[in-house]
Amino acid sequence: MSTAVTAEQVERVVVESLHTFGADPEQITPEATFEALDIDSLDLAELSQIVHEQFGVELKGSDVAEVKTVADAVELISSRL
Amino acid sequence: MEPVVITGVGAVTPLGVGARALHERWCAGECGISAGKGACTEFDPTDFMSAKEARRADRFTQLAIAAADEALADAGWDGDGATGGLPYAPERVGCVLGTGIGGIATLLDAQDALRERGSQFVSPLSVPLMMGNAGAGALSMRHNLRGPSFAVSSACASGAHAIGSALRMLQHGEADAVLAGGSEAGLTPLARAAFSALDALSPTGVSRPFDARRDGFVMGEGAAVLVLERDERARARGARVLGVLRGYGASSDAHHLTAPREDGQGQAAAIGAALADAGVAGEQIAYLNAHGTSTPLNDRAETHAIKLALGEHAGRIPVSSTKSAIGHLLGAAGAVEAVATLLALRDRIAPPTLGLSEPDAGLDLDYVAGSARPLAVRGDRPEGPVLALSNSFGFGGHNAVLCLEAA
Repeated sequence: MSTAVTAEQVERVVVESLHTFGADPEQITPEATFEALDIDSLDLAELSQIVHEQFGVELKGSDVAEVKTVADAVELISSRL
Repeated sequence: MEPVVITGVGAVTPLGVGARALHERWCAGECGISAGKGACTEFDPTDFMSAKEARRADRFTQLAIAAADEALADAGWDGDGATGGLPYAPERVGCVLGTGIGGIATLLDAQDALRERGSQFVSPLSVPLMMGNAGAGALSMRHNLRGPSFAVSSACASGAHAIGSALRMLQHGEADAVLAGGSEAGLTPLARAAFSALDALSPTGVSRPFDARRDGFVMGEGAAVLVLERDERARARGARVLGVLRGYGASSDAHHLTAPREDGQGQAAAIGAALADAGVAGEQIAYLNAHGTSTPLNDRAETHAIKLALGEHAGRIPVSSTKSAIGHLLGAAGAVEAVATLLALRDRIAPPTLGLSEPDAGLDLDYVAGSARPLAVRGDRPEGPVLALSNSFGFGGHNAVLCLEAA
């Protein structure tokens, strides 16, 4: 499965998840910080679960702690595909 | 001791959104029970909170948020200001919220995820949503309440115990104001099956407290919150005072996990303690809001208890059950009924016990069958305070009684 996944697909899942968590879709850009989007540790724990389910990528709490922006998250997940 | 006053109330119940809906519709004889349950069908959480807040809250917390918003607006706390609308330093405002069960719907979702998909699919929001103190935590965050905040749990007496605990907190100077109340959202097949297994739930789905045909309680959901303030502080800020929380009494049956003492002694002790705490004689009470669950055991034991505690005066005052109109809101019941009692006292009205056509043998108090009527204010001093009691009794033998005075 992972061989067919592209960074664009990862981005789409991340953006959809952030929207589900309550972030304003118009503010969800690659440069947007999670802080600005009001995305906190509980949201990132949920995002980790979704990413695991969708792409088989396991993110640890320490990985996610370093992630500050939407682009950071997409890059980190894509690098583990 | 400095009095504690009530300056705002809010409620979401099967009779609608708002304390006014509860009071006016109940007094008009409307019943919020449908298809054997008391659901808050008019409640839409997105009317009160963002999508993010809503998904961060189990329904019992959502109901509490809505009730608290109304109570704070009612108390005039919703303005802007250096303290975010609070008339006190945030450190001086507390929050005590009762719940009997907590976030049971969240627990069930998590259990489904575990069983159907595996442990890695259990939501990280499960614990923070299901925990019984989630409502108190959400209110403290939403309104920047930095004083003591916690949940209390005593099954169907939780709401009354929460208000009583808040009274003590204020009397001991731990806070200048406290948001106190109760919340419950347990209308799930599991809770229904579990209460049915105890023969506690009405198989016919009718709430008819004190009636010969009563066959159990009808489960409901909802929340109520009261804003309690120390009297001097409230008056100094020019607050409109709705009433005084005169007293609180609590006791335990120490008898049985679910059944009350048949002689009502434990419940009577709580009534007596509330009167003593209020410093009033039983003869001064003008109205009693009964626990009145519509179960065979409760209504009989409670009738004994009221007679034990009030003597002959028990037969002279109206005694009615809010549960006849909304069902049993479990951990929210005591708070919802305190609000209903206060507003009834304010309007000098005795709300009705609906569905009651033939009282059971031996149940011979004035239960205000069928329709409301003006409240006769008795007592030695016609000009004296207008007082009422509100009874709450929980599984586990927990008894809590509030004594309220209308402004």
